[in-house]
Amino acid sequence: MSDIAVRVENVSKRYRIGMKNEMHDSFVGAMVDFVKGPLTNLKRLRKLSSFDQHSDDCDDIIWALRDVSFEVKRGEVVGIIGNNGSGKSTLLKIISRVTEPTKGRGETNGRVGSLLEVGTGFHPELTGRENIYLNGAVLGMKKMEIAHKFDAIVDFSGVEKFIDTPVKRYSSGMYVRLAFAVAAHLEPEILLVDEVLAVGDAAFQKKCLGKMGDVAKDGRTVLFVSHNMGAISRLCDRSLLLHRGGLVKDGPSIEAVSEYLEANTKIKQTFSQLADDSLPFSLMDAEVFSEGKKGNNSFPRHKAITVRMRYKVARKMSSVHVYSNIITADGTVVLGTGDADVDQSKFGPRKPGVYVCQYQIPGNMLNEGDYTVSISIGVPYQRNFQENHGILAFTVMDIEPVEKFVHRRRAGVVWLNIPWDYLNGNPFS
Amino acid sequence: MFTKKESVSDELKLARASGKTTVFEAKSGWRFIDFHELWEYRDLFYFLIWRNIKVRYAQSVLGVGWAIIQPVFSMIVFTIVFGKLAKIGSEGVPYAIFSYAALVPWTYFSNALTQSGASLVGASGMISKVYFPRLIIPMSPVLDKLVDFGISLILLVGLMIWFKIAPTIWVLTLPLLILLMMLTAAGLGMWLTALAVQYRDVNYGMKFAVQLLMYASPVVYPASLVPGQYRLLFGINPMAGVIEGFRAALIGTRPMPWDLIAVGSVTALVVAVSGAFYFRRTERIFADVV
Repeated sequence: MSDIAVRVENVSKRYRIGMKNEMHDSFVGAMVDFVKGPLTNLKRLRKLSSFDQHSDDCDDIIWALRDVSFEVKRGEVVGIIGNNGSGKSTLLKIISRVTEPTKGRGETNGRVGSLLEVGTGFHPELTGRENIYLNGAVLGMKKMEIAHKFDAIVDFSGVEKFIDTPVKRYSSGMYVRLAFAVAAHLEPEILLVDEVLAVGDAAFQKKCLGKMGDVAKDGRTVLFVSHNMGAISRLCDRSLLLHRGGLVKDGPSIEAVSEYLEANTKIKQTFSQLADDSLPFSLMDAEVFSEGKKGNNSFPRHKAITVRMRYKVARKMSSVHVYSNIITADGTVVLGTGDADVDQSKFGPRKPGVYVCQYQIPGNMLNEGDYTVSISIGVPYQRNFQENHGILAFTVMDIEPVEKFVHRRRAGVVWLNIPWDYLNGNPFS
Repeated sequence: MFTKKESVSDELKLARASGKTTVFEAKSGWRFIDFHELWEYRDLFYFLIWRNIKVRYAQSVLGVGWAIIQPVFSMIVFTIVFGKLAKIGSEGVPYAIFSYAALVPWTYFSNALTQSGASLVGASGMISKVYFPRLIIPMSPVLDKLVDFGISLILLVGLMIWFKIAPTIWVLTLPLLILLMMLTAAGLGMWLTALAVQYRDVNYGMKFAVQLLMYASPVVYPASLVPGQYRLLFGINPMAGVIEGFRAALIGTRPMPWDLIAVGSVTALVVAVSGAFYFRRTERIFADVV
């Protein structure tokens, strides 16, 4: 048996975004068009079926993937990173054979399963038991195999009591747990994980990551699509960086991740806008940086993070403050801080002019993850002159190489090095 | 965090380790049905059929009773309107059983076709997430409607006993007629469901078209009403042969209409084979378009 688990050779995939207009959603429309313009139809159809170099330039064609080639060895855990629309999900769809490539070929050795198919084929009217069988079959398991794993699946899902209840009466949590339990027991040799598409709460996502770790420890192959660079560098030795459908980097995760971050660093690390003189106060620009890490918005966990901003006072005014929130990717506000919090005298009148101010979040405080910053200016608890939501973004990363799969991201938004004391003797000696 | 799974039996290990190579590539041209692959996925096929049957009657008071309500009520209405008021001939048997013998295959055909035609769009969630032979989707209704068909057929037997009508020797051809009926539904189903992925109005037009097709089939009238020179043209609709065949086999009003069945079989085969090719040709874009 070959030791290549996934081989992708010169795979390209194009979508026709103009298809909606061109191909007609209604049969009648298509017919009318067909009668009206057989010549344009002929041209169009020829264009669609020919692959000359010029077809690349057409406005209505998107190459979701262009000439992508790579190999993944059995047991490798490979990350796939890139911006939205860079072709990550399309690549997984082609490998799982949901859609065919436009050009190129590839092969997989062994059963392909994915954690993006959680709950596919579930029917609300059927009981938990029936859905396990149905969903298992949809994912490619044989009846015998499902029967064999049935108890383990039920056990894992924790819905034993309701296993003969229609799943439409399940809470959404139970539903997802059951669906995930089936997917988790598929035991594929090649696991595809698209975190971007994974639904569910943080706990569920964590479960997905945990399952990935287990699969990888078993020596099976994992392809992992994620925007979470911390998770990528922690779980994957090697990563593929896609940009606009092309494979621009295939190498150690550390290199691919830093290349990706560098390419994205201009995005939301700085912010600027014209001062709005109709307002008494307005924000002009802002930036977020960490000591020694200018030009990059992903920061090591132990470094302090500085948010600096410049604002303009157009008219003299008092009882005003500048206020900023740090918000997690799922919308939780980690903290809010205002420039007059510590020194109440700052609520006094402010003279017209342009001012630069900053605050600092200490290192070893924010947990790994993605955060955004919003800055507003106004009268506390009364009104805001200006609200600037999510104008800055940064990522806190745990860059220390820790034992893989054992260390996972701690729960919670804060991360503190907390020593524990023993009061009645030492159990470790 | 994850419970250690119990050890997998040896045969399962073998099944997994066999890890066969699967190729994905840009395919072009026409392909026919991959029966080998369909067989590989027979468990999914089975579960989908079973799901359709189960879901259809879930949370309904009458349950499988619905399988006979549609043909029985049609029979009552047709008997009053066409039998009593319009006085359409029923070839010497009571109009009720004359029309019911036609409604049993017709109800199957219209339901299987409608469901099959709408099936791919209804399964868009599955299609865009998981790979499996897409053909399973439109083929499930063709098979699962046989359950309703069987139930309504039992009622037909009851009616025959009630009206004291004995089947003819041609009852032995019933499996052949059923096969022809399924082939017709499957062929048209493949065409319509593949078209409906791109053109949603196929679904809207389908119910209406099926209703019209009923009047092109000898459901409420005997085929003998059709003038001789048009008889073979009439037979192009495979359901004409099927319905007249059912009558010949079960209530013996006429000899077996082999001419209609022969013409209809050719149509059904052409539709099914072309439908399979068309389906297989368009299935590569299903996930992108649906």
